[in-house]
Amino acid sequence: MSGVRVLVGTKKGAFVLTAEGKRDKWKVEGPLFGGWEIYHLKGSPVDPSRLYASQTSGWFGQVVQRSDDGGKSWEAVGNQFTYDGVPGTHQWYDGTQHPWEFKRVWHLEPSLTDPDTVYAGVEDAALFRSTDGGRTWQELAGLRGHETGALWAPGAGGMGLHTILLDPVHPSRIFIAISAAGVFRSDDAGATWKPMNQGLRSEFIPDPTAEVGHCVHRIALHPSRPETLFMQKHWDVMRSDDAGASWREVSGNLPSDFGFPIDVHAHEPETIYVVPITSDSLHYPPEGKLRVYRSKTGGNEWEALTRGLPQSDCYVNVLRDAMAVDALDSCGIYFGTTGGQVYASADAGDHWSAIVRDLPAVLSVEVQTLP
Amino acid sequence: MSAAPQRIRVALPAHLRTLASVGGEVEVEVEGAVTQRSVLDALEADYPVLRGTIRDHVSFRRRAFLRFFACQQDLSLDSPDAPLPAAVAAGTEPLLIVGAIAGG
Repeated sequence: MSGVRVLVGTKKGAFVLTAEGKRDKWKVEGPLFGGWEIYHLKGSPVDPSRLYASQTSGWFGQVVQRSDDGGKSWEAVGNQFTYDGVPGTHQWYDGTQHPWEFKRVWHLEPSLTDPDTVYAGVEDAALFRSTDGGRTWQELAGLRGHETGALWAPGAGGMGLHTILLDPVHPSRIFIAISAAGVFRSDDAGATWKPMNQGLRSEFIPDPTAEVGHCVHRIALHPSRPETLFMQKHWDVMRSDDAGASWREVSGNLPSDFGFPIDVHAHEPETIYVVPITSDSLHYPPEGKLRVYRSKTGGNEWEALTRGLPQSDCYVNVLRDAMAVDALDSCGIYFGTTGGQVYASADAGDHWSAIVRDLPAVLSVEVQTLP
Repeated sequence: MSAAPQRIRVALPAHLRTLASVGGEVEVEVEGAVTQRSVLDALEADYPVLRGTIRDHVSFRRRAFLRFFACQQDLSLDSPDAPLPAAVAAGTEPLLIVGAIAGG
């Protein structure tokens, strides 16, 4: 029987939530790696038993965990992330140059074809790759070495490379996004990169239409149409139909176009989801109502999804890596909150319920659809 | 004939004990001078999972929120090649690796 495995990273450990295909009864396991920040966990698309997890601590630094049995057991693998060559500097908050310093892995993206190959997006922003199941890591230094690298600056949450999208149609194409530098694309498997930020407008930087410096919170694509990208920016929901070469705003009738996650329905490439947040200084939902907004038109026209979600006195946030979709029919949508709830909808967002309510603050949510 | 290796006691913070799958104190064997560096080299050789969690992989600098104590002294700012107290070298006192008290 088919089922799903939801991988939840929190401020104090990881949790694994499982259900059969109806997704009405859930088993909650955890915490794994209790007390550590688990920024992200993700499974290999070609071997669902192979999982990777980013385990971090302000005291003890970075650990990468790997499971070969779907999360029953784990092994700490390589945790040495050394920037290629002389690291150089990037822009600091006060405008001075600051040395690149590795802090943590924000996102792990397993290869679409090889379980032993996995990409890591790190803070300070850089992209690493392992081809031996996480035992050793090599920087894809062409990204950080881009001529604009010295202009990249951290957002309030650090300078993290938080999104890695592997193009299933063009195997050498990779999209990444950095707060606060923007979107970059490689068409040669990570050797060289180009900024892909034309059409973005950010009023909080000196030149609102600069080539880099945009605080992109998340980008997403549908595997069948990887030329089309969707973006939740610091402010503005954006769309590109030319693989990032140009963007246009599709915020439409959203109550706020500030937010963090964005995701695409597994079977409908024009159906997308966001969670509006009041503002950059008020990181909670407008009016205390937790609403997912769905557009079935690829943006501009949005409907509020509220059934089963708190519609009063709700002041949680939903972070950029904390939303995911499964591939069952109908599509399941999942998101986690800073209040520790993980909500699920088994009908593409029409109805919601909390799988679990009292976890530590949720940092990331991923879903595996199991045969 | 060289001196026999010394058995050095090391007390790890709770999260590193969990990571290394050990219970209380651990003991490591050190040949030659007993220093922060030689003890940590031996510790990381016995427990490779601890590499990078106490000191940097490349620079070997102590992570900022960890301290090294022994015999009621804070040794954190000592040279990594300075001899540790005689009681640590003799195995009667442990080298304490302590996490800064902070956080939630």
